[in-house]
Amino acid sequence: MVERLAYAFLFTIFLILVPLIGVGILNLQKVFSIFVPYLAFLIFLFGLVYRVLSWATSPQPFKIPLVAGQQRSLKWIKSSYIESPYTKTGVFLRMLLEIIFFRSLLREEKVETHPKKWLLFTSKKALWLGSIIFHYSLLVIALRHLKLFFEPVPSFVSLLHRADSLFEIFLPTVYITDILALLALLFLFFRRILVRQVMYVSYATDYFALLLIISVILSGALVRYFFRVDLFDVKRFTLGLVSFRPYVPEVVGSAFYVHLFLVSFLFAYFPFSKLIHAGGIFLSPTRNLENTSREKRYINPWNYPVKVRSYEEWEDEFREMMREAGIPVEKEEKES
Amino acid sequence: MKRVYDGKKIITGLVLFLAAFTSPFWYNTVFGTFDYVPELKVEKNGKECVKRTSYMKTNHMVLLRFWRDEVVRSGKRIYKKEDGTEIEMSLSGTCLKCHKNKEEFCDRCHGYLGKAPRCWSCHNVPREAKK
Repeated sequence: MVERLAYAFLFTIFLILVPLIGVGILNLQKVFSIFVPYLAFLIFLFGLVYRVLSWATSPQPFKIPLVAGQQRSLKWIKSSYIESPYTKTGVFLRMLLEIIFFRSLLREEKVETHPKKWLLFTSKKALWLGSIIFHYSLLVIALRHLKLFFEPVPSFVSLLHRADSLFEIFLPTVYITDILALLALLFLFFRRILVRQVMYVSYATDYFALLLIISVILSGALVRYFFRVDLFDVKRFTLGLVSFRPYVPEVVGSAFYVHLFLVSFLFAYFPFSKLIHAGGIFLSPTRNLENTSREKRYINPWNYPVKVRSYEEWEDEFREMMREAGIPVEKEEKES
Repeated sequence: MKRVYDGKKIITGLVLFLAAFTSPFWYNTVFGTFDYVPELKVEKNGKECVKRTSYMKTNHMVLLRFWRDEVVRSGKRIYKKEDGTEIEMSLSGTCLKCHKNKEEFCDRCHGYLGKAPRCWSCHNVPREAKK
């Protein structure tokens, strides 16, 4: 299991070395500032469309909602409207709560045996907390970066910057989300190492996804707090990218290129990895279907017309013989 | 051609996401501002800046923070430049002597980058820099 961790670390280090060597030694500024981001963006777009369409073209043979509530049946049995939805609104609410509040993560439980042989279930909220802090921090960080891509800067982006640097610690001010995201990621990472059971089910890609995002945030923090770059130049560069008039930034250090390369890699890697759960959550059949498998018949789209023979047809053929053998028939034919 | 299940919903969602995600590409085109590069005005008056331009571009906030701490916490007001000349550590008194027009220098670049430093919540802007 340790080798999985080692693979993830080695590959992350390799990814950091690529721009360091490419820009620092080989002077491939143009490749790393223009070619790599465009390529990554294209891979992301096509990969995303490909993945979503491949899900959309997969037939769903059964109704398989996974619910944690009472299904609607008899009037006097109380059913759960959101936990076991039987209407479209119920499904919508269930999906909404899942996507916005990660509700299923709240269900994590610790199971222990008490000395008196009781089975003890304790609710665990740490995974939910770490995960929700990480995701929302990352969202804020991503939205903050829009200042580099929009001219004029939309007011909500400026507002986000002000809110995020509320504490005004140091100058340039430390962003709250930078710290929160990093702490949450470290928690998620160490959870996969320190909890034996979780380590057992963790693959190299699980570690790698976390390490990649940690390195993205760390390299971003380096660029902001330690190896500062000329933002004026950076914005010219980012606006150049989005207006298809590529401009190679003049004087930015390799830390900037490391950040740019890791972000590009993250985008290109996104559609083909576990990270695509961002899109997949919308199309999970265990979540987006109503729990009405008994109420309504669900037709398997694979079904093809089967040649059937009804009893009536069968009886029509053998009626004479049946009567002779004394077997009761349903349809009496008129005496001829 | 494979059959797409729930095509209307899925493709609407996909198109909406792609439209939002590629917004930088069309936003700047719609507003026609993608090639806007702010022009920053400086009146040098034959003087050199406190530090070299490349340093000031990236680290002016660090220098200002250092100045603030020196003045407010240690009571020192004199800063020795690299060439040995001594200047007063003062935003309004020293910086704005050359960068006379705050709006066309500080604000223009900060606005371009979506920054709103809170220097001016305490500091007065001298009249000639206000304009």
